[in-house]
Amino acid sequence: MTTYNAGHYDVIVVGAGHAGVEAGIAAARMGAKTLMLTLNLDMIAFMPCNPSIGGPAKGIVVREVDALGGVMGKVIDKTYIQMRMLNTGKGPAVQALRAQADKTLYMKEMKSILENEGNLTLRQGMVDSLIIEDGICKGVVTETKASYFADAVIITTGTFMRGKVLMGNVEYESGPNNQRPSLKLSKNLEELGFELTRFKTGTPPRVISHSIDYSKTEIQPGDENPKSFSYETTEQIVDQLPCWLTYTNEFTHKVINDNLSLSSMYSGVKRGTGARYCPSIEDKIVRFSDKPRHQIFLEPEGRDTEEVYVQGLSTSLPEFVQNEIIKTIPGLENAQIMRPGYAIEYDVVVPSQLWPTLETKKIPGLFTAGQLNGTSGYEEAAGQGIMAGINAAAKVLGKEPVILDRSQAYIGVLIDDLVTKGTNEPYRLLTSRAEYRLLLRHDNADLRLTEIGHELGLIKEERYNSFLEKKQLVEEEKQRLSKIMIKPNELVNKVMEEANAAPLKEAAKAYDLLKRPELSYDSIEKMIETNPELTDEQKEQVAIQVKYEGYIKKANEQVARMLKMEDKKVPENIDYDAISGLATEAREKLKKIHPLSLGQASRISGVNPADISILLIYIEQGQIARVAN
Amino acid sequence: METDTITAISTPIGEGAIAIVRLSGPEAVSITSKIFNGKNLQEVDTHTINYGKIINPETNEIADEVMVSVMRAPKTFTREDIIEINCHGGMTAVKRVLEIVLSNGARLAEPGEFTKRAFLHGRIDLSQAEAVMDLIRAKTDKAMNVALKQMDGRLSGLIQKLRQDLLETVAQVEVNIDYPEYDDVEEMSHEMMRTKTKEVHAAIEKLLSVAKQGKILREGLATAIIGRPNVGKSSLMNTLVQEDKAIVTNVPGTTRDVIEEYVNVRGVPLKLVDTAGIRETEDIVEKIGVERSRQVLKESDLILFVLNYNDVLVEEDEKLFSAIEGLDYIVIINKTDLAQKLDLDRVKQLAGTRPIVSTSLIEEEGVDVLESAIADTFFEGELDTGDMTYVSNVRHINLLKQASNALEDAMEGIEIGMPIDILQIDVTRTWELLGEIVGDTASDSLIDQLFSQFCLGK
Repeated sequence: MTTYNAGHYDVIVVGAGHAGVEAGIAAARMGAKTLMLTLNLDMIAFMPCNPSIGGPAKGIVVREVDALGGVMGKVIDKTYIQMRMLNTGKGPAVQALRAQADKTLYMKEMKSILENEGNLTLRQGMVDSLIIEDGICKGVVTETKASYFADAVIITTGTFMRGKVLMGNVEYESGPNNQRPSLKLSKNLEELGFELTRFKTGTPPRVISHSIDYSKTEIQPGDENPKSFSYETTEQIVDQLPCWLTYTNEFTHKVINDNLSLSSMYSGVKRGTGARYCPSIEDKIVRFSDKPRHQIFLEPEGRDTEEVYVQGLSTSLPEFVQNEIIKTIPGLENAQIMRPGYAIEYDVVVPSQLWPTLETKKIPGLFTAGQLNGTSGYEEAAGQGIMAGINAAAKVLGKEPVILDRSQAYIGVLIDDLVTKGTNEPYRLLTSRAEYRLLLRHDNADLRLTEIGHELGLIKEERYNSFLEKKQLVEEEKQRLSKIMIKPNELVNKVMEEANAAPLKEAAKAYDLLKRPELSYDSIEKMIETNPELTDEQKEQVAIQVKYEGYIKKANEQVARMLKMEDKKVPENIDYDAISGLATEAREKLKKIHPLSLGQASRISGVNPADISILLIYIEQGQIARVAN
Repeated sequence: METDTITAISTPIGEGAIAIVRLSGPEAVSITSKIFNGKNLQEVDTHTINYGKIINPETNEIADEVMVSVMRAPKTFTREDIIEINCHGGMTAVKRVLEIVLSNGARLAEPGEFTKRAFLHGRIDLSQAEAVMDLIRAKTDKAMNVALKQMDGRLSGLIQKLRQDLLETVAQVEVNIDYPEYDDVEEMSHEMMRTKTKEVHAAIEKLLSVAKQGKILREGLATAIIGRPNVGKSSLMNTLVQEDKAIVTNVPGTTRDVIEEYVNVRGVPLKLVDTAGIRETEDIVEKIGVERSRQVLKESDLILFVLNYNDVLVEEDEKLFSAIEGLDYIVIINKTDLAQKLDLDRVKQLAGTRPIVSTSLIEEEGVDVLESAIADTFFEGELDTGDMTYVSNVRHINLLKQASNALEDAMEGIEIGMPIDILQIDVTRTWELLGEIVGDTASDSLIDQLFSQFCLGK
């Protein structure tokens, strides 16, 4: 095959989805000359499934990406049609933002950012294979015979790898939404010795808005005072569009049951693994047959389109059955489907083949990120994308790699889970996957990660300074409150009464009063004569840090114990076969995963505490031996 | 390297003149100082042995009179700071000391862990590496198997059930968090959380009390005899002792003046404590004051409170009643062979639900009734050693206590209105601790539970 030399870059990003754009921008902004290749320039940061970003855990990832200098938060803040803070009735650790996106605007905005990124070259092209020299990745070759050379390549090809659309007995090779699938690259990876597996995901039909009778549904409006994902966003979009709620019923379920054998998922053919948390409607009805109804949310796909996403109706049933199903749902009796729902099956790189930097163990210089690594969701993709971009650039520029631990970020939890435990279904972040949920809050993503983003050059000075100022003001205010004694008097007890709190009998520190669940920062402020001028965000931070101090302290103690194990590094050249006493299963797993630390080793399933002890001794023995020499 | 402090009983299990609790690690000295009444161990020279008492800092109870060896790093077996607490022989004192050490910050050592640390710090020759690894492999697996096998099937069944209860609760909280708009599942309320935590807490406490009963069977029921001078305390003591001369053992400690005597009353082994005081017919309340004596009395599992039928109730008696309020005691009205001067109604009123037994020890009357009252008090008349779910393993007891504490934290949070997802942190912790007992810490079970219990997703 003759190819032409299309130039040399520091980093090449293959794909311009949610992982790709973060990877490309991070690498470029860190100073790496970056090329981004996508097979369709009109589909940059496209949302092939639901038109929404954020939600529990995922929304916090968006904040984390933003704190590291990523773009997802800024772009959605500019293009949302609805914003809601979820879990407001619960504690601060689980509150999260979710936006309904204007899909088209989102893509447009993202493309414009990429186009204006100085160090980034954006090109349309299908990558067919990798250039490997001496076992190291040196670039890519496109189907138009261009050879692009680079010191690091990041593949972020999502669900395109040998993608296959399934709908009833109709099936054809395709990427999401009838885009071209990536067929050759997948094969190339296989030839290079990568273990691939097949996953499956699905999407529901879209209907045209004017055919919906909204009077039969419940309105789901956005927040009156919308908050934003990005710490840099200053303006909110007030003009929001509502979503609508309706339900399936016994008729819907009958249609589905009658046609179950026609679903490509239930036809008996063995298929890729689907996710339990994103089941098709036929899955829900089979597995939870006692449920009389399921929720269906109607979500507009944008301001300038009539298309409405029917959330809850993901399916691989034939098109004609989908038409039948729609008619049984209140509000959708006369609805016209614009695009039918479908399932898509695709190749996934088994993620235990990756280092925590997202570089592949097999081929240095090659990174993979996003849905290709077995995750689902735009946010999970973005989180991996930015880390792959940072680490690819770091490698090329001779900087230290950046690995976030499980107490630092949901992104850390996500990547650690992927590379340590692997996944046998599309992986979705859940708050319950985080051991230190209380530390990984929506409100403190900046406190956790801005420092890192700044050090990498991804956070500009102006933003960094305002971050430092906020941090200092919060500390000072906590100090101040711990010094002020509130004495019981008429004013104080009036405030207490307003807050439904028992009257104050003895003088107490303002700090301790703020700890009471029924008293807000505002209440405490009213009890004190003069107060500093703080923003709502700063007040919130003071209140959370004070109120949950005891719990946060407990969590920090757990983290300290965890980090002790993380600090014990496993030597790169360790020979597990030479260690006597390891259980066979543990030995095999350790050889496969190659954990970087004893902490990571201890999280591998099948590696038990005795194996960890033995490993520890072996490692220390090496050190002692070195000292002895 | 290792930064936590480990502890274990380092002498063989069983009777011996002394038993040693050993601690190794950076906090060995500071933990021991917290529970040691004697010289300031933080300041004593290294490699010295120091006399004093081990005190439970929570209750100020004395656990044992001991000699403490302080050996600072690096010239020690493990090359870490080492403390050796020399306790009195027999399992009672040493286990009590171990429990106090554990609840003050040390962790129970894994099998072979002292040796492991010695090795890690280069104390042991390199050629021994493999031997140590084999030792750990063998000991850990064996210990785990043995522990699991030893564990009563009913106990593990019960723990599994409690865990499942907690898991369902946690899953419901999680589903509320991760799927806030999902309307099929009830929002977990403080009230539901309160009910659930109370239920599980009660079950754990019951297990712990059964553990205490098991301990009593093995170690004896610490029993104190109290009462004003000349009410018949010595007679009672002699009566109980004479009943079962064969197993009376005098254990005069070499350095202490407390004498413990063991007697067996209807299968319940009694360990009569502070009998020296009784022999001298000194009233401990009078001697050390109500508050202090109450603390001494709290150490006892059972109190035999003797009153004189032939004397009126005086202020001192009332003081004694208030000193033992809330404790397990039996009121013995002695000298019924003499004329009644005691206000029985008042005694009944003060004793409440506690048993009252009338005796004439001199005539050997009422001893039978007293003995069955003693047996009943502790085993509620259902002493059947073959049919009890015993929790006897120190590790299990320790974990159960931690689980109970975690649940108490959750319950406290519920009362002050902490958000559910914050409370859930302690509930999850409880679930994990119980999991350590049955050897199941798979963290993915929660997510599996979530998806099998609820129909989720878009």
